[in-house]
Amino acid sequence: MTEHERQHGDEVHVVSYGRYVLIWLGLLGLTGATVALAGFELGRWIIFTALTIASIKGLLVLNVFMHLKFEDRVFRIFAMVAGVILLIFIVLVFFDYAFH
Amino acid sequence: MTTSAAAAVSQGHVHRDDLGSRMGMWLFLFTELILFGGMFVAYAVYRFDHPAEFELGAKELDTLIGTINTMVLLTSSLTVAMSITAIQRGKNKLSLVLVAITILLALVFLVSKYFEWHHKFESGLYPQSPDLLNKPPGEILYFGLYFVMTGLHALHVIIGAVVLAVMMLFIQRGVINKDSYVKLEAGALYWHLVDIIWIFLFPLFYLIH
Amino acid sequence: MTTLAMPVEGTEPDFYHAATRRKGIFAWIFTTDHKRIGILYLVTILFFFFAAVTLGALMRLEMWQPEGTIMQPQTYNTFFTLHGIIMIFLFVIPVGPAVFGNFMIPLMIGAKDVFFPRLNLLSWWLYLAGGVLALISVFLPGGAADTGWTFYVPYSIRTTTNVIPALMAAFILGFSSILTGLNFITTIHRMRAPGMTWFKMPLFVWASYATAWIQTLATPIIGITLLLVAIERLFGVGIFDPALGGDPVLFQHLFWMYSHPAVYIIILPAMGVVSEIIPVFARRTIFGYKYIAYSSLAIAFVGSLVWAHHMFTVGMSNTGMFVFSFLTFLVAIPSAIKVFNWVATLYKGSIDLDVPLLFVLSFIVQFSIGGFTGLMLGALAVNIHVTDTYFVVGHFHYVMFGGTGFGIFAAMHYWFPKMFGRMYSKKPATLAWLLMTIGFNTLYLPFLILGYLGMPRRYYHYLPQFESLHRIATVGSWILVLGMIIMFANLFLALRRGAKAPANPWDGETLEWKTSSPPPLENFHEIPRVTTGPYDYSKYEQPAQEVA
Repeated sequence: MTEHERQHGDEVHVVSYGRYVLIWLGLLGLTGATVALAGFELGRWIIFTALTIASIKGLLVLNVFMHLKFEDRVFRIFAMVAGVILLIFIVLVFFDYAFH
Repeated sequence: MTTSAAAAVSQGHVHRDDLGSRMGMWLFLFTELILFGGMFVAYAVYRFDHPAEFELGAKELDTLIGTINTMVLLTSSLTVAMSITAIQRGKNKLSLVLVAITILLALVFLVSKYFEWHHKFESGLYPQSPDLLNKPPGEILYFGLYFVMTGLHALHVIIGAVVLAVMMLFIQRGVINKDSYVKLEAGALYWHLVDIIWIFLFPLFYLIH
Repeated sequence: MTTLAMPVEGTEPDFYHAATRRKGIFAWIFTTDHKRIGILYLVTILFFFFAAVTLGALMRLEMWQPEGTIMQPQTYNTFFTLHGIIMIFLFVIPVGPAVFGNFMIPLMIGAKDVFFPRLNLLSWWLYLAGGVLALISVFLPGGAADTGWTFYVPYSIRTTTNVIPALMAAFILGFSSILTGLNFITTIHRMRAPGMTWFKMPLFVWASYATAWIQTLATPIIGITLLLVAIERLFGVGIFDPALGGDPVLFQHLFWMYSHPAVYIIILPAMGVVSEIIPVFARRTIFGYKYIAYSSLAIAFVGSLVWAHHMFTVGMSNTGMFVFSFLTFLVAIPSAIKVFNWVATLYKGSIDLDVPLLFVLSFIVQFSIGGFTGLMLGALAVNIHVTDTYFVVGHFHYVMFGGTGFGIFAAMHYWFPKMFGRMYSKKPATLAWLLMTIGFNTLYLPFLILGYLGMPRRYYHYLPQFESLHRIATVGSWILVLGMIIMFANLFLALRRGAKAPANPWDGETLEWKTSSPPPLENFHEIPRVTTGPYDYSKYEQPAQEVA
């Protein structure tokens, strides 16, 4: 088997240290932001902002640290399926609880 | 879909399919996501039903420690991610060091968690404690979820640290190297998931104001 | 269709006789060969199946009279709990994927094995551990769990019976299922033979693929839920306990978030088997291949949206109930599409009424009855009256036993020659099928009527007016059990005494029939190259007649 055959479908993608550090700084910044925002009186919006920031952080980790962005497309489809299922569980259960 | 695997087998080779290995690991991560997801469903329902009491419960937690813990885990994700770049570039020793730092940071997290819990127990806040049972039901639920979710998460930190320690052994022995490092990728993926779960746990338990 | 992948006669031993590093029993319990693992599962699953059938038969004996017949009330509670736990977690959920999926998927896609063979072995060990733990829980002090297989809180938190071992057994079994699921997803994505595109895959593989997704994504929810009940029992944390503010309905939501999709884990592989058998025994290509393939995915997806139809009477919001009832109606559609396509394939086919097809025909009728009664249960107005009655019990036995059970029996008779290299006797098998079909319907049709008339489920005593229907059902259980005894005895005897099976006794076109019976260790002499679809029976088609 040739080197070429092994590489086909297993493309080696190297992410530079610098890129990782940049993302890390972004994550730290977002953490600071979410802590700061919690200090304000946002009422019911706090949960929305907290989850949004957490989701952005999560997506950064998923896409760059975990290489999802550089992987075969099928991995992104899988991740979306898993995410959708979790979302469905939460949304549908609220059809019960939100209308009591 | 690539058929190089099947073609190679027919030629009598055992072809390594790293993408397939990563696929298996990702699928396993989804199961962990849903495992914690069940608890997030419980959290969502109970917070919806007891918003004020959840806020009361959150006041008992130390935001500073929570923030530091978050940064510790984020940094540990950085180091383990960089360890893969290192191994890809043939820098085995550097990779080893980076994984070691990751494990160190994991231990920092665990020690910190230990002290947090210990403080809670000392303050009379633990499952079935008289102080806790006196609190309104929403707060009992808050702390129930807190202990179980952070406890389960800490268990996964321990597992992740052990996995990474094994990876260190593999790097040291050359089993993981520039041409074969999918094991390290798998270990790192697991670690990142542990980080992501904490990314969500942190605001949900510490930042309810 | 494909290059001949058969070993030259006499050169390669079959996988039972292949030279292995380990010897004796260790060559089996430490094997990583998917076929041996399939056989391991078959043996252990059958053991648990027979135990659960015995429990069921004894329950029917108990119900012969309105007031106690052969056991105490507490015993009856443990019986229906165990019967449910074993049948669901140790039989119908694993049997499709772990026995037939394991054995057939690599063969059908032209692969040597699954993607993670050692993980596959671990799955079996976990299955064994979970099963043993469930059995042990019966004999520990405190007695077997009496909560029903559904473990509803708060009773499961309060009862002094051995709930935690039962919960842990289910947790371990769930883990086994998860690993099998992710193994199959990876296998099907990465190991198909050259030329086998997604739409050249056999429909059993499509069904197994959809099943694997449910196994992977739904099972963890029950894992955490059962774990929480165990933690609740141990530490009094307060997540589900109403005395501490917990919500028992939340438990039910979380429980059914898995346990409803689980029924699609249960039925999809059996449907896949039906899709395999019909083209072969009707000598026609399957009608609507793509729709059947897509319907498997649709069932998996929509099946994840309907769980609260198990909870219509517990106090959910009206909005919630309307939403879930509507979604429940939707999930029937892809199943119906399959039934239509199967029947359309049979229509004007060249029917060979052999044993596998007989079981498939029973499946179609019985699954349809099960499906219709499911729709009835999905209707809110009807549900209020028949929930927690024998109507529900009749419904799920029709789909899980009349459907999956008979589908598995069909698979046993279809793939027996391939798995064991022997042919079985047709006459006893046919007699068994007849007795089982008669017995099954005599047993469960009365359940539907009893439920409609108001007989509650899980009740040890009942009102005298239900006696005759109960007795008819019990007699049905005897006929059914007799049929099963004949069926299994016939198959066991065939293992030794059956005529040697050729590679392709049914003239199938899928890849498992292109290698010897049983296959060699590596499955194929050389990996086949696929050029046509899996049900290409064009050679049987008559040229169109000229109209004068």
